[in-house]
Amino acid sequence: MSSQALTRADALARIAEVPYARFLGLRLELAGDEMTAILPFHDRLIGNPMLPAIHGGVLGAMMEMTALAQLAVSRSAAGQGGGLAKPIDITVEYLRSGRPVDTFARAQIKRMGRRIANVHVEAWQEARGAPIAALHGHFLLPSEG
Amino acid sequence: MSEPITHHPGFLKAMNLGSPQTRELGVETLEVGEDWALLRVPYKPEMVGDPETGVIAGGVVTTLLDHACGQAVMARIGQPTTIATLDLRIDYMRPAEPNQPLFARAHCYKLGRSVAFVRATAYDRSADDPVATAQAAFMLNSSSATPRGAP
Repeated sequence: MSSQALTRADALARIAEVPYARFLGLRLELAGDEMTAILPFHDRLIGNPMLPAIHGGVLGAMMEMTALAQLAVSRSAAGQGGGLAKPIDITVEYLRSGRPVDTFARAQIKRMGRRIANVHVEAWQEARGAPIAALHGHFLLPSEG
Repeated sequence: MSEPITHHPGFLKAMNLGSPQTRELGVETLEVGEDWALLRVPYKPEMVGDPETGVIAGGVVTTLLDHACGQAVMARIGQPTTIATLDLRIDYMRPAEPNQPLFARAHCYKLGRSVAFVRATAYDRSADDPVATAQAAFMLNSSSATPRGAP
């Protein structure tokens, strides 16, 4: 095990401390090796006050943070270093408008290579089976050292 | 003044202030053209995504690009319309420079009856050295009063 490896909980705590995660009010919860991101609703997340709807950028940002957090959890579980991955490219699909309620997201790592990981994320509100947005992305993994 | 209302930077500036998220981030529309918009977001410590380097989070770039793309569509339509992002693809080329404002220039290069297509670039020092590029599609009149199931 690398000396820089963190426990899953420490890896998550480190992501939750990221200033932008705090700005969003993002919470990360761990159940075994499964991580759920929770974005409690707050007025400042609104993009369109007429509908009202959560800003699409916020949903993209939340799913991006979910992917980074899942990568940190999985890497710590594998005894790898605790640095943050960096997004290379992401595609966000918007399926339903983000209503003014809490949003949840879970990430699935489709492939974890040595340098690059492919991650899929889904975000939902009232029903897990009716996602409001999805993200597919490639992430550059921190180099071991 | 027969200029379309959305070509007036004041209109889009008011939109930014009306949207709590862009108001919090400090997103500002600097210039608007017939089918494009130039926006800026200031560097703020609470936007940092990597505390070790001070680089702002990818999520801030995502929101700025999504917002800029939407405003380019508004500019091209020429009047306020409800639009919804269908998809947004972002390529991150390099980290944004800490303590620098970030700019986004978006161009709506195709406006159909139901869908608009947009490209955008985010940069800090020079538009020729992008931090990220984006490609997006928007649905138009997304909240029209048409009942569900109607053609």
